[in-house]
Amino acid sequence: MTKLDDKLYKTRFLPSEKSHIKIIDLDVCRQKCPDKVCTIFCPAGVYGWEEDQMAIGYEGCLECGTCRYGCPYDNIDWHNPQGGFGVMYKFG
Amino acid sequence: MSSNTFDVIIVGAGPAGTTAALILARKGLKVILIERGEFPGAKNMFGGALFGRVLDEIIPEYWAKAPVERFINRKIITLLAEDSAVSLDFNSAAFKQAPYNGFVVMRTRFDRWYAVEAVKAGAVLLTQTTVDDVIREGNQVVGVVARRAQGELRAKVVIAADGALSFLAQKAGLRKDFTPEQFSLGVKEVIQLPPGALEERFGLTGDEGLSNEYLGRMGDGLHGGAFLYTNKDSLSIGVVAQAHSLKEKQVTIYDALEKFKRHPAVAPLLEGGRFLEYSAHLIPEAGANMIPRLYTGGMLVTGNAAGLVLVGGVFLEGVNCAIASGRIAAETVLQAFEKGIFDKRAMAEYEARLKASFVLRDINRYKSAIPLLMNKRLYEVYPSFACRTLENWFTVDGTGHPKLAGMVKGLLGEDVGLWQLAGDGYQMGRALLW
Repeated sequence: MTKLDDKLYKTRFLPSEKSHIKIIDLDVCRQKCPDKVCTIFCPAGVYGWEEDQMAIGYEGCLECGTCRYGCPYDNIDWHNPQGGFGVMYKFG
Repeated sequence: MSSNTFDVIIVGAGPAGTTAALILARKGLKVILIERGEFPGAKNMFGGALFGRVLDEIIPEYWAKAPVERFINRKIITLLAEDSAVSLDFNSAAFKQAPYNGFVVMRTRFDRWYAVEAVKAGAVLLTQTTVDDVIREGNQVVGVVARRAQGELRAKVVIAADGALSFLAQKAGLRKDFTPEQFSLGVKEVIQLPPGALEERFGLTGDEGLSNEYLGRMGDGLHGGAFLYTNKDSLSIGVVAQAHSLKEKQVTIYDALEKFKRHPAVAPLLEGGRFLEYSAHLIPEAGANMIPRLYTGGMLVTGNAAGLVLVGGVFLEGVNCAIASGRIAAETVLQAFEKGIFDKRAMAEYEARLKASFVLRDINRYKSAIPLLMNKRLYEVYPSFACRTLENWFTVDGTGHPKLAGMVKGLLGEDVGLWQLAGDGYQMGRALLW
């Protein structure tokens, strides 16, 4: 059994200093979205709800884009990272 | 011509973009191929199969030059129940011979090699560059905006080959956001096996290889499937789940993958394996229903950016569609250069040619497979139904073997009624048989 954190640790990333992911309106997460499905559907566990904040571990984003279309309130602003940054597969 | 002006700008150095760049550069056009990754392939992943007959026409006997892992001579389709499985195992001598039906490849290696072929033909490759927008003049796309100093690049034609998320097609107003019913999420692990284990476990000799696709409930109720491909000395293993089911079932795809790896039919294959990499990708899966507008004045959309994926239940093909669409895009552009006309009408030729090719013909032919794949019983009922039926039938416990029809009848009604079975059978037939 391999844990997600261990898998991500062994996958190669070069994170940009600036996040390429933004929650558009945190109040939408707080007030309208009890399920926080982004914390479920992201294959890299980038999203974590902590108290009343969304922690975004953009450094470990696999850039699949599921969150762009999966958020029920279109409340995630996801862009391609700066060229040359982000995930860098060794095999792919 | 200034240094920021080209005949053609191609965004995305995957199979679609590189194919277009290669063909156009061979004809002497001034082509720039822009890639946001550190190198072509750095951002790319897929299950593992390249059906390369279409590539053979562009680079004859590509397999002797490209970094391929193994040819695929065995294709296994498995129905997966909780702790049993039933498979159709196809093994072909013809698939072991040139021009080969398909190969397992690793995208970082393959895409990189392929882009170098385009560069050798004369294309300019610009890596580590994200393109954010198109430049328009009236109804015509005349260039792109890259996220870098002096990022405005101009050309007669822009080819969007920027993958499943295509920001470029969206910026050009050619496509809308996906809904969770229109795509699946795939994740994959590459697992290194001990020397000789691959050959022994899968009965492979030399460069023989196999693909195994699994259909069933993934994790605790995800609709989708799983896959396994043999690389040279490692395995690619992954799970695909329909995005809507990820939302509805509250199950993570990485837990589903771990569960799949523990399945009694799968776990022994991974024994002693060492984890190498984890990757994820979105798969456009609504077939003909989600194909965006494929062109506008001065612009064409290709490959995954255009949703050109054949989703046929037993088929899931993307790279061959991407290569074919890149080639057809290049042919359209060459014709436009002959006439010196790059408007929307000239670009419409691309769609006409795609419709006449296997790409859109297959996607349209199998469009009735899409509702079948949305049928929840395909995942929740039938795989376990098939396995349970066979388990009961094959069991030797002194009570005797009833005839199969009697067995099926006995199990009917538990999960599915006779009429529903007939209806689903008809749906399956329409999807795949006639």
